[in-house]
Amino acid sequence: MIEKALQGNSRYWMWLAFLSAFIGVGAICYIRQYLFGMGLTGMGRDLAWGLYISQFTFLVGVAAGGLMLVLPFYVHDYKVFGRITILGEFLAISAIIMCLMFIMADIGQPLRGLNMILHPTPNSMLFWDMVVLLGYLGLNVICAWVILTAERKQVKPPKWVYLFVYISIPFAVSIHTVTAMLYCGLPDRHFWLTAITAPRFLASAFAAGPALIVIACLVMKRVAHFDAGREAINKLITIIMYAAIINAFFVALEFFVGFYSNIPGHKHSLEYLFFGLEHNGHVYNNLVPFMWSSALLCFGALALFAYMKITKSGTDLMIGIGCAMIFIALWLDKGLGFVMGGLAITPLDEVVEYYPTANEIGITLGIWATGLLLVSVLYKIAVGVEHEVEA
Amino acid sequence: MDTQRRKFLKMAGVAALAGISAPAVVSLTPGVTRAAAGHGAAAPAAEQAAQGIRLGLLVDMRKLYGQPELMNKAINACHRVHNVPQIDNPKEEIKWLWKMPYENVFPENSSYHAAKNTRESDYLVLCNHCDEPPCVRVCPTKATFVLEKNGIVAMDYHRCIGCRFCMMGCPYGARSFNWMDPRPYIKEFNPEFASRMRGVVEKCNFCSERLALGLEPACVEAVKEVGAIVFGDLNDPHSEIRQILDREHTIQRKPSLGTKPSVFYIV
Repeated sequence: MIEKALQGNSRYWMWLAFLSAFIGVGAICYIRQYLFGMGLTGMGRDLAWGLYISQFTFLVGVAAGGLMLVLPFYVHDYKVFGRITILGEFLAISAIIMCLMFIMADIGQPLRGLNMILHPTPNSMLFWDMVVLLGYLGLNVICAWVILTAERKQVKPPKWVYLFVYISIPFAVSIHTVTAMLYCGLPDRHFWLTAITAPRFLASAFAAGPALIVIACLVMKRVAHFDAGREAINKLITIIMYAAIINAFFVALEFFVGFYSNIPGHKHSLEYLFFGLEHNGHVYNNLVPFMWSSALLCFGALALFAYMKITKSGTDLMIGIGCAMIFIALWLDKGLGFVMGGLAITPLDEVVEYYPTANEIGITLGIWATGLLLVSVLYKIAVGVEHEVEA
Repeated sequence: MDTQRRKFLKMAGVAALAGISAPAVVSLTPGVTRAAAGHGAAAPAAEQAAQGIRLGLLVDMRKLYGQPELMNKAINACHRVHNVPQIDNPKEEIKWLWKMPYENVFPENSSYHAAKNTRESDYLVLCNHCDEPPCVRVCPTKATFVLEKNGIVAMDYHRCIGCRFCMMGCPYGARSFNWMDPRPYIKEFNPEFASRMRGVVEKCNFCSERLALGLEPACVEAVKEVGAIVFGDLNDPHSEIRQILDREHTIQRKPSLGTKPSVFYIV
């Protein structure tokens, strides 16, 4: 089936070339970082995690978001998702590969990465995160490839593959739960030390992942004659709306706990993110515009979707804009605010602000471009098989 | 140094070395059961039956008030013997022992109208060598571990992958990461102790390597003239540190987190 990725029109190849340019820049930036050290990033002693780990966290969510297609189709036999379930699985594969690349970009001694396996440490959540991520990657590769092959041959998929499909459902939940546990089990990191971290991660994942799939469907409808179907898109919008509302509700609960209890440790990160935190006469507020943009985009998209639902109207463009707004809002919330907000107040009660360097941003864009290239190639294969079956 | 003390330090040091050469086995559940410290409740000092050696350190701030040069002496001694690079950029600096204001060291203990000493003096800060260290709990490769023989939280710089999860776990900010090759920043190289490479985490090791030679920790020795830092076995009722702990009121950093620090302060 791989040959389908090698047959495309000029627009397809231009898109891949466009992404490759970013990958090339990212690779050069990474070589620089590899040769010099992590000092080329904006991270530092008091703010030791940055863009790489926050992108990793967000992308684990995107990978888990595929569950919103797999679960209705395989468990509830919701046939409308039949054509697009494979898209969820391919997105999960690409997102997890990006996650692994971000982890490798983040560690100071990448050549020692295998120590995670040579010296397995069950008390470390990072060890379990590796286990579930590799497991989820493997499950998705098996399920997607076997089911797509069966579809191409126009036979039913073998029964054994459903075992892997059903195992992949709790795995999707586990990858984001364990990723949340990286954060929510650390003493004295007040912003992270809350049991709602994992549910909040899952809620935002179940909005961000499907939002990306809807955007991909709309693009492929225009450029690849692949129609996911109006009903499927509408159902996905409903799922995205509920998940985004639940995420916003969880954030609101954090505000209540922090500001009603009036405990400084519970308030500081929220103040820093949304209002600016005053500390020793200096106001730290570099993330405030991003967080308010996140809130406005999220509620704006919800309003747009609600309008479309109520009036039973809406064009593809409106759907696409709404999904992009949700995706960006959740990226700002989790891919930026969650990690930096938790780290801005140090254990020694100082406030530090984070500014990524150009080199760091170059690597980050390079990894995103790699993931997009991978997802483009995989979707090309999936759509190619669909067209072949229809022909 | 009296002979009994020298004997003890040697013993502790040999224990430290034995721990380094043996495969790192991390004990996360000590055999002793104890009442769980409630959320927000200060962990009681008498929390466990004495078992084996648990090395601890006491900073008697009464002997350091108004004498920042003494603290600098201890810091310089520590950083010199351990080849700690002198990087002035706070983003990339490496610190094993350093000083900070009271409100930063004890953020949970701040008071509305603090005493003059509390307001104006700096306090020595270092790794607490916790009895329940979160850094050891989160490390994915066992590159940081508790030496069971003496309770020191040690590091294997050759196993560390540089994920910095321990820096997230440490509630005391005691760990530093080598953001670049540290060797050009070492002022005078001490061949007795290994320097580190870039991409790994490091911190105070309670001078394991000096204990093995029967020496006291460098910081203790540096301020010996006033006896401001006392080092010894917290589980030995006859040790100097234990006798001071029995006699004086001491405080620990962030006791409510249940990490059970082995560093005590008299303020």
